[in-house]
Amino acid sequence: MRFFSVSSPHLPPINSVPLMMRRVLYALLPGTALMALFFGYGVLLNLLLAIIAAVAGEALMLVLRRRPVGLFLGDYSALVTAALLALALPPLAPWWLTVLGTLFAIVLGKHLYGGLGYNPFNPAMVGYVILLISFPREMTLWPAPAPLLAEPLGLAEIWRGVFGGGITATGRSLDALSMATPLDHVGIELGLERPLGAIKQDAVFGVLGGVGWLWINLAFLAGGLWLVYKKVIAWQIPTGMLGSLGALAALGWALAPDTQPGVLFHVLSGGIMLGAFFIATDPVSAATTPRGRLIYGAGIGALIFIIRSWGGYPDGIAFGVLLMNMAAPLIDYYNKPRVYGH
Amino acid sequence: MNKLFRFPGGLRLAGRKKLSNTTTIRPAPVPAELTVPLGQHIGAVPEVLVKVGDTVGKGQMLARPDGYVSAAVHAPSSGTVTAIESRPVPHPSGLSAPCVVIRTDGEDRWAELPAPISDWEQRDPAELRQRVREAGIVGLGGAAFPSSVKLNPGPGAVVEDLILNGAECEPYISCDDRLMRERAEQIVGGLRIIRHALQARRCTIGVEDNKPEAIAALREALSAAGERDVAVAAVPTRYPAGGEKQLIQVLTGREVPSGGLPLQIGVVCHNVGTAAAVYQAVVEGRPLISRVLTVTGAGVAAPANLEVRIGTPFSALIEYCGGYTPEVDRLLMGGPMMGFAVQDDLVPVIKATNCVLAGSGAEFPRPAEALPCIRCGACADACPVSLLPQQLYWHARAGDFDKTQEHELFDCIECGACAYVCPSQIPLVQYFRYAKSEIAEQERERKKADLARDRYEFRLERLEREKQEQAEKRRKKKEALRRAQEAKAEGAGGEKPAVDKQAAIQAALKRAEEKKAAKARASAEASNEESD
Ligand code: SF4
Ligand code: SF4
Repeated sequence: MRFFSVSSPHLPPINSVPLMMRRVLYALLPGTALMALFFGYGVLLNLLLAIIAAVAGEALMLVLRRRPVGLFLGDYSALVTAALLALALPPLAPWWLTVLGTLFAIVLGKHLYGGLGYNPFNPAMVGYVILLISFPREMTLWPAPAPLLAEPLGLAEIWRGVFGGGITATGRSLDALSMATPLDHVGIELGLERPLGAIKQDAVFGVLGGVGWLWINLAFLAGGLWLVYKKVIAWQIPTGMLGSLGALAALGWALAPDTQPGVLFHVLSGGIMLGAFFIATDPVSAATTPRGRLIYGAGIGALIFIIRSWGGYPDGIAFGVLLMNMAAPLIDYYNKPRVYGH
Repeated sequence: MNKLFRFPGGLRLAGRKKLSNTTTIRPAPVPAELTVPLGQHIGAVPEVLVKVGDTVGKGQMLARPDGYVSAAVHAPSSGTVTAIESRPVPHPSGLSAPCVVIRTDGEDRWAELPAPISDWEQRDPAELRQRVREAGIVGLGGAAFPSSVKLNPGPGAVVEDLILNGAECEPYISCDDRLMRERAEQIVGGLRIIRHALQARRCTIGVEDNKPEAIAALREALSAAGERDVAVAAVPTRYPAGGEKQLIQVLTGREVPSGGLPLQIGVVCHNVGTAAAVYQAVVEGRPLISRVLTVTGAGVAAPANLEVRIGTPFSALIEYCGGYTPEVDRLLMGGPMMGFAVQDDLVPVIKATNCVLAGSGAEFPRPAEALPCIRCGACADACPVSLLPQQLYWHARAGDFDKTQEHELFDCIECGACAYVCPSQIPLVQYFRYAKSEIAEQERERKKADLARDRYEFRLERLEREKQEQAEKRRKKKEALRRAQEAKAEGAGGEKPAVDKQAAIQAALKRAEEKKAAKARASAEASNEESD
């Protein structure tokens, strides 16, 4: 009798790219839900728009590049890129901003480099940074968190705002609805030389970090820890990133307590947990050696601290990630593990 | 040596051992025809001692070891030699190799065996090694390295640790487990002989902790033998804990130097099955003519552990185990991680066959289409050798073999852990094997090219020499002519014999030179043939 023959190992692989990507999407759910709770339907609209754009862009590029569309659309990686970008965008962003950013991410950030596995930069962050540089005003359209709103934003109102050129159903402009995020707020007010103690009394601050952000970050942290537990992501990257950011924040606070908001503010503000567990850990563009990952994460944390403290942009996650993407191959090269018997 | 260490990476695999390990070892029937390959081990093919038509007795030597790293081969049962020819043997590439084919006579009649050595403790280690060598014992864990070589530490070498490998970490396989449970006293007996031969200081048996019965049986056998100086270590069940290098690391915390031997760090490692075979060879005088192996998988009706004659076709074992189930899709020799697929079930059991695994399509599905590497690093995290499989893959695929060697390709033990965890389902090990064989091929090509260059240079040299010789000859001729003319001119006759003498010497020298050149040419051609 004759048999099928193939190289070992014969046990089938336990893991798959679609499974990993789906798990990332599941892990995003709690944080996403809390974001929607605090910042309204805009969060969900962003998600929907980004997903549609990503799937369309991915399919189009696969057809153009003559790649098996079904195989690659089925890997869910475009959905992850879409979700990460959507969650980073302001919930009052006009529809074209989201769509454009997603297309930048998928077409420029991913497929022009060769598609899945070949992109040296995190595609979602490529899209984000292009938007940030091209449309700085639209990128600030964060609504006030729900607890600070006299009158919550309804779906119809947001819908009109997002699709209707910036004016909501009740005639309010999106600009008027938006409010500086805590990070922005600190930056601006410190620039006006108000003492930090006073700034921290402002409404946008809640217990630790900004109103809402504490809970959102904790939810992303929970999802991220689950991913670490499931071995979808490596623990070294978030550890390195949060560790270095925390250490520098502590150092800054010790040296200049008047201008440095402290460790908890730094690690619980903005999209830090989203960044640490979901964005910096994009495998394709990150470092892959065990020690390399720690260094890579630490580098991102340090860059975030530097950009937040002295840079022109309120948050530095995207820039930090992209800069360290560039350094990843070098980091890996110098951090090869010692091979058995050497 | 009670403290255990960890090796990096590794996998937790479903054991699937219950399929086969619940029943005792049974002897498999002697088939009508035995196909005994001559080269069943790493090293030189032994020299055949029988010819077609010979009647052989069970245990009679069919081929004797040729060279230091070689092993004898014996008749697994009595009968007649019907052929000595190339037959398909179990090998990853589906090779054929020279085999002695015996038609068995059903009598299973023993040939005369060497005398048992019951007082081995008083014997010289060299004598015990010789016995092991003549008994044809090779490593039964699957590597099939001639055991007598591993019983010889060489002058001046001290063996700190003798390790018996009973880890058996591959899923499905349970032959060592059953052997340890049922024949622990033979294993312990073999262990003591090996220890004596090596003069080893310490002695440990490493068994994965998923085999508590085996551990208990070994401990009991040790105490029954009054052996208080041997530890049975329950090592954590983690694939590939049974890899020689990994087991050494777990038990001693030391690493075998890359490209080196365990002996360099004072360690010698033998498989438990090998120890039992050593016991039989020394104390009973029995050569290695059968081995215990596992027949298992969802593709066979009644999985079992069997004592099987070397040379029995796989198909006969499957038949004895109730035949194939309809789901069968893949036939493996060895385990599902490191074993290889055999295409035809007529190949014979060899000394290295620890498992015949008939797998169903559900157990071992056909490989899915691979996605690009997403650099997730899961492979590196799983690698027990701390390699970076994704980098190796990248360079192997690009055909950049120098880079693969920079990334220590040859330290890869092909355990398959990386491929097992790869989310992109890339057949990584296949790429590594490919790269290794390409590099070996290049090496061969390089050697050949070197030789060709040498030959070319030699030829140029020869032509040059011939040219010089011609010129010299002409010069001499001219000289002789000139002298003759001068002599003639002088008119005296006394000079002539001198000229003749010189010419004769020149001629003799030239003949010798030519002879030398011809000889060198011939030897260059001969060495070229050897390398082809
Ligand atoms: S496990 Fe597979 S996909 Fe991940 S880095 Fe290794 S080769 Fe690439
Ligand atoms: S097959 Fe080689 S590279 Fe892969 S895990 Fe095993 S030793 Fe490492």
